[in-house]
Amino acid sequence: MNSVTRYDAIVVGGGVVGCLTARELTRLGARVLVLEAKSDVAAGTTAANSGIVHAGFDAETGTNKAKLNVRGSAMMPNLTRDLSVRYRQIGALVTAKGDEGLRGLEVLLERGRKNGVAGLSIVRGEKLRALEPNLSPELDCALLAETSGIVCPYGLAIAAMGNAMDNGAVLLRNTPVVSIETVEGGYLVNATYFAPAVIDAAGLAAHKVAALAGVTGLSQHPRRGEYLLLDRNCGSVVSHTVFTLPTKAGKGILVSPTADGNLLLGPTAEDLPEGADCAVTTAGQGKIVAAAKKMVPSVPLGGRITSFSGLRAVGESGDFEITKRGGFIALTGIESPGLSAAPAIAELIGETLGEAGLLPEKPMANFNPVRTVVRPKEMTDAERDALIRRDPAYGRIVCRCEEVSEGEIRDALRQNPPALTLDGIKRRTRAMMGRCQGGFCTPSLLSLVSRERKIDETEVKKNEGESYIAHERTKGGN
Amino acid sequence: MENVEKIRRFPCTVCPMGCELSVDTKTLEVTGNGCPRGKAYGVAEVTHPTRTLTTTVAVRGSDRVIAVRTDRPIPKELLLPAMDFIRAYVAPETVQPGAVLVEGFMGTDANLVVTGK
Amino acid sequence: MASIKNTLPETKVGLLVIGAGPAGLAAAVAAYDRGVRDILICERQDFAGGILPQCIHNGFGLKRFGEELTGPEYAGRYEKMAAERGIRIEYGATVTKLSDDRRVTVLSESGMKVYAADAVILAMGCRERPRGALPVVGTRPAGIYTAGCAQKMVNRMGLLPGREIVILGSGDIGLIMARRMTLEGAHVKAVCEVMDHPGGLRRNIVQCLDDFGIPLYLSTTVVEVEGEDRVTSVTLAEVDEFRRPIPGTERRVACDTLLLSVGLIPENELTRQAGIEIDPVTNGAAVRENRETSIPGVFACGNVLHVHDLVDFVSEEGEIAGNAAADYLAKQEKIETAPVARITAKNGVRYTVPELVGNGETKNVTVFFRVSDSFRDATLVAENGDGVILSRKVRRMVPGEMQRVDLPREKLVGEVTLSVAPQAN
Repeated sequence: MNSVTRYDAIVVGGGVVGCLTARELTRLGARVLVLEAKSDVAAGTTAANSGIVHAGFDAETGTNKAKLNVRGSAMMPNLTRDLSVRYRQIGALVTAKGDEGLRGLEVLLERGRKNGVAGLSIVRGEKLRALEPNLSPELDCALLAETSGIVCPYGLAIAAMGNAMDNGAVLLRNTPVVSIETVEGGYLVNATYFAPAVIDAAGLAAHKVAALAGVTGLSQHPRRGEYLLLDRNCGSVVSHTVFTLPTKAGKGILVSPTADGNLLLGPTAEDLPEGADCAVTTAGQGKIVAAAKKMVPSVPLGGRITSFSGLRAVGESGDFEITKRGGFIALTGIESPGLSAAPAIAELIGETLGEAGLLPEKPMANFNPVRTVVRPKEMTDAERDALIRRDPAYGRIVCRCEEVSEGEIRDALRQNPPALTLDGIKRRTRAMMGRCQGGFCTPSLLSLVSRERKIDETEVKKNEGESYIAHERTKGGN
Repeated sequence: MENVEKIRRFPCTVCPMGCELSVDTKTLEVTGNGCPRGKAYGVAEVTHPTRTLTTTVAVRGSDRVIAVRTDRPIPKELLLPAMDFIRAYVAPETVQPGAVLVEGFMGTDANLVVTGK
Repeated sequence: MASIKNTLPETKVGLLVIGAGPAGLAAAVAAYDRGVRDILICERQDFAGGILPQCIHNGFGLKRFGEELTGPEYAGRYEKMAAERGIRIEYGATVTKLSDDRRVTVLSESGMKVYAADAVILAMGCRERPRGALPVVGTRPAGIYTAGCAQKMVNRMGLLPGREIVILGSGDIGLIMARRMTLEGAHVKAVCEVMDHPGGLRRNIVQCLDDFGIPLYLSTTVVEVEGEDRVTSVTLAEVDEFRRPIPGTERRVACDTLLLSVGLIPENELTRQAGIEIDPVTNGAAVRENRETSIPGVFACGNVLHVHDLVDFVSEEGEIAGNAAADYLAKQEKIETAPVARITAKNGVRYTVPELVGNGETKNVTVFFRVSDSFRDATLVAENGDGVILSRKVRRMVPGEMQRVDLPREKLVGEVTLSVAPQAN
């Protein structure tokens, strides 16, 4: 038998919920292990979503979604400041037309107030035009939600995990959970890791992980959302996140600047059977374009950089499902507004485990909530000059489109949680995310990863499994 | 291979004009060419087509490769056999552009020379 | 304690050239030869020549040097010319800002510098269009590369991207890579071209595809990519005259690699930042015949201006810009003059360079242009407000090959159009 390593809590899944939970439990004094099936954190639902911090008027009053969204949204400004994550409270506009549309907005406004959302108002006519000059003239009224914001979702997850690790949490990647045994005083995961508490934040696989622990009856299916991403020079077409009135299928397609300054269109909402992939489809892309044009007729589609899709986990109840059995907590149905609610979900888990007596008596004494990242591009020229004089690697540009330096790539490969793959570097630094999509810098990145990780260039992967970039050397053996 | 055809038609590649040449494989009469160079190319192409090989070779003591070329065209049919030779070949550590690596490459009158840095 | 400065000190420079590729090198050499001594080239890579060092195939320099050189050899000649003249090149130096008053912010491992330049030549080259800009659906596995990216891996790093290859786009780099990958032992299963004619030069069709029996499928595109970790197959489909895939013609080809050679885009982020007028067709600056942009003292040449097929023409354009910059610097008084004519591309002509005509002294103005269709035995027509100023029979013109025509300067006034009449008059 393997030797067993003991932790206070094991978090299954390194998405934004798992990472924030790991950080919160670490803050509360627990020794935390995070098990992630993929090669990096933030590689599933967290990697491909709208990146919107919703205000919280959308969900039915009294639901987990409503409560946790409003709380999470309120936590976001401080949290993102501590973790150096890109976040901007740009506000959202739910647009509509005519009397019927206006009535729909009033329902939302009323619900929002009941949910405790501040900064809601209905804007019409000239005032709406002034807020969004490029909005379709067809749309004559909107609900303005001033507290709505945009955040880099994977940036938040990576920073939370990194900060948890800086404070002692342990992350194991490429480690799928295959068994959870209920034993005296807790759970034995993969026959190797023991903890009195297990938090199942496995996203799309959460119901399966729960079943391993004997928590049956949970069911989820993937809902695919496709997106279209436009160049940074298109990001100013709208200055708010622009929606239309929500329907049963979700909040519908939005047009929004991203935290990194691009323009994002999407998502579609397509319910799929288990095992669905993150493909983009002709139909989906068509829907996005049509819906976006309806809201913002002048949307500059010529600036399209890429299309992508993400899967979100939809549960049976339509609400976030938080199922506690002993020390095991399963989180299922964490679809939108899961990102907005994530900090509050983490907080709730902390409280729940605390009340159950599963956490240490006192929070970690010297917990440092701050994680910093060097971002030369956000500095003044003089600051950047000084930085480069201290460390010339910040003056060697590797990704020209996003102006990412070798120093930043190196940091991504060293700083917790260190990137292992090209996608990992991309999510940490934005290298390869610009208009050339890695055409210029992929070869240089291969060399940098190879040098930093001391592996051969042919062993560098894009992300999972066999996703090698270079197949072999053309001339070998010397 | 279709060697039975009498007239072969192919575009001239001597210059960007891209004249459509017709060459009688028996009499070697060329039509469609816009200049004498095209005629010579047409005849060569049906009698003994040649190509310049450009590729890379390994460099001793590193994972590096360096660009090389044949300094004159070699018979077309030697391109792939030449690559088999190239794959096994390792250049010395210090070579400069213009250096001759292999004289009489593949038994032809061409040399294999370094072009890259 | 001293206050922290938020701005950097400025350094004056006569001529600042952005990019040490074939355009920038030729421009700097030409400017030097016309008397400019205070020249600085900022090059973001660690070497000169731009993309040429990875273009190890031959075919460069027939027009310039009268012999067939490889890319590294061609670059080497110009590098030598620059070195012989003592022209300064700063390597690893990325220009991050260009202002409308010719202030250039440069980032390198020695820090950030701001140059106040009397003249600037833009020679940043172009980039390849990536997958995201195409309507290809499916998954996003590893194994999809632009042809230039694969070229760098193979030729500079000795890395083979994959073994079973499909290439989308028959542009020259795609064709060259089909041969290159074949020589290195990969199996190129198909080259697809969405147009009904090849994008690249005919000699490359013959020497890169036909020589190795690689099939070229015209009016065909890639509509879908499959594969979880790495590409496992792509789906090809024929397209109609509007380039829409025809249902029922789909065909799956197993492969581990998809190379894209689907167009080059002039890299004009700095140009836009400075507020320089852009030609929406070329995606480069709109220039006068001396390659001066809408900002006096700022010139552009090479692929940053419009995508060329031959490097020889890039160098030629670099010389035009370099000479013009030298003339501009030599002028005591910098008087701004409005252009005397605007040349508009019409029927059958996709764009022209230059788009504008200033008051130069040469008898003729050489206009480079591309046609939008293939023409045989057509007539090229130039007109001004008074009527036809040139009508010339042309044997053959294809979109893949840049054309040129000399127009009499005295007739270039006001609105001038260039067009093609399909049949000979």
